[in-house]
Amino acid sequence: MDKWEDNKAWFLVLPVFVIVAFSAIIPLMTVVNYSVQDIFGPGQRIFVGTEWFKEVLHDTRLHDALWRQFLFSGLVLLIEIPLGIAVALTMPKKGWGVSVSLVTVALPLLIPWNVIGTIWIVFTRPDIGLFGKAINSMGIAFDHTASPLDAWITLMFMEVWHWTPLVVLLAYAGLRAIPDAYYQAASIDGASAWAVFRYIQLPKMRGVLTIAVLLRFMDSFLIYAEPFVLTGGGPGNSTTFLSIYLVKIAVGQFDLGPAAAFSLIYFLIILLFSWLFYQAIQNVGKGDAP
Amino acid sequence: MANIALQNIAHSYKPDPKGPDDYALKRIDTVWEDGGAYALLGPSGCGKTTLLNIISGLLTPSEGRVRYNDGDVTDLPPEKRNIAQVFQFPVLYDTMTVYENLAFPLKNRKVQRSVIEERVLEVAEMLDLTPFLKKKAAGLAADAKQKISLGRGLVRSDVAAILFDEPLTVIDPHLKWQLRRKLKEIHERYGLTLIYVTHDQVEAMTFADKVVVMYEGEIVQIGTPQELFENPMHTFVGYFIGSPGMNFLPCTVEGNLARITGSDIPPGIPPGTPPRIPPRIPIDQETAALAEKAEGKLELGIRPMFLEVHDKAVDGGLPVAVKGVQDQGSFKILTLKLAEHTLRAKLAEGKTVPAEKAWVRFPQDRIKLFAGGRLVRKGESKSDG
Repeated sequence: MDKWEDNKAWFLVLPVFVIVAFSAIIPLMTVVNYSVQDIFGPGQRIFVGTEWFKEVLHDTRLHDALWRQFLFSGLVLLIEIPLGIAVALTMPKKGWGVSVSLVTVALPLLIPWNVIGTIWIVFTRPDIGLFGKAINSMGIAFDHTASPLDAWITLMFMEVWHWTPLVVLLAYAGLRAIPDAYYQAASIDGASAWAVFRYIQLPKMRGVLTIAVLLRFMDSFLIYAEPFVLTGGGPGNSTTFLSIYLVKIAVGQFDLGPAAAFSLIYFLIILLFSWLFYQAIQNVGKGDAP
Repeated sequence: MANIALQNIAHSYKPDPKGPDDYALKRIDTVWEDGGAYALLGPSGCGKTTLLNIISGLLTPSEGRVRYNDGDVTDLPPEKRNIAQVFQFPVLYDTMTVYENLAFPLKNRKVQRSVIEERVLEVAEMLDLTPFLKKKAAGLAADAKQKISLGRGLVRSDVAAILFDEPLTVIDPHLKWQLRRKLKEIHERYGLTLIYVTHDQVEAMTFADKVVVMYEGEIVQIGTPQELFENPMHTFVGYFIGSPGMNFLPCTVEGNLARITGSDIPPGIPPGTPPRIPPRIPIDQETAALAEKAEGKLELGIRPMFLEVHDKAVDGGLPVAVKGVQDQGSFKILTLKLAEHTLRAKLAEGKTVPAEKAWVRFPQDRIKLFAGGRLVRKGESKSDG
């Protein structure tokens, strides 16, 4: 017990603890609190245990939204990662072209998310939109407010246009970090352009691509503003993703208990997948054969 | 197998070079013989890596031609020249095993599978890499990685020359000499031309048959380590080779005497003090005559080990002040003051170390005179300098 005085050092952690408590722990615990109670009004609540969790897990509309969400995030990764790498590979490595292309590529990232939804609504409108009008006058019926497929196509275009630049920037940074000696050695070894990509550029980009995959998976899994503005979850329920459905329950129907239980499950799914991706990518190319 | 001829090579990294200062390499014209072990020695920024990259084809020189065995390769890319290069930091293909790394250059050249296996196993044996063949290259130590880079050059049977760009920088000191010995062994066994860039004179001297000393984009001397030590053609060679480097004293020539110049009155002595008699050193008559005609600043140079140091006044000895003694184990290095010039002398073990005052003698046959940095030579025409 003679070390008692030293324990005052814990007070130094206090500011951080307070900040984290207000920014993360207390809000999260509030959600946990809601998820196990039925709340009728101020001061009127009963403890219901895991009832909300059971209800949410058996909700077929939530199942549908979940599969839709996986399909969306899967497509996002399949398109944006290869496309981002391809664009980064074609970008200039020196001269004035570097800053011009970087700024041009980064532009979509600077636009507020709900504005992006609005831009694409106008762009694809069959009556006045540049794209919608053009394609309809070519004889192809295209209307994202009527056809689920058209809604998905529009949504994917918007998403790819909006977020591929992030992958491009990350991949470009990874490419620029490769020392010249690698390219020189490969050229002396007679490596083809494909071999250079496969054995030098791709392995050296592993770190940044991990980040790109994680960020793109999480962001696309949490997507809300753009589809909310563009389609509002329709037509029908065809673009109702998890977050849109969650907001419908929580704000539309004011079912705080199920919404809280839903949020926690949602959070755990994202945590699980992020961890899986991280592990998978970190283990690529490691593991020594005995 | 190839001898390598560099014909009037000059290189500038600027697109539109104006004066000589814009050139990283200023006019190099030399032939390197087949099967020689050459070291390119010089300080950082002297152009040695530039020259190496021109030979390997990673750079195309602004002017001049590169020939291998009389074939012009100036415009050929590196993979079309039969050379290999080992870089300062080990370059590996991380995702491949050691075997795949070694096989990579052959696989790219569409060599038969059975031939690849034979070559890889032979090279791995030679470099002591056999136990690691199945392992991922990324997990190995720096020296093993550097051996793999070297191995990727050796597996190609058509390789005529291997170029090294400071390959031992990242290697632990006790492994350095092992690797250097391995290089020697490979050189003797395969008779390849080796070109080795370094700024470490010990590395250059132990590795090479011929050392190419570079300074400010020029080759100032090519010679065996002994030639460089005994007959430096340039003050830079004298200064850079040997530890400590050559002593240089600015001088003028009067008859067969070199008069050491500098401010005759050292700073700090009040004006009005009678000027001291500047030290004079007798030199060879013929050299003196040549030096008098030569252009540029005259300097007298002598190696620290050739300076005779006496603790008593001797005939022809110049009095000097002893400023410091550094014990290097088998010998001592004395720091001496002759007028305001600092001299270093190497004193063999067992000799008495003079305290405070000493007398030095300059053996006439060891004195070199330099005019404008270049050696004043008698009875020879200028050739490789």
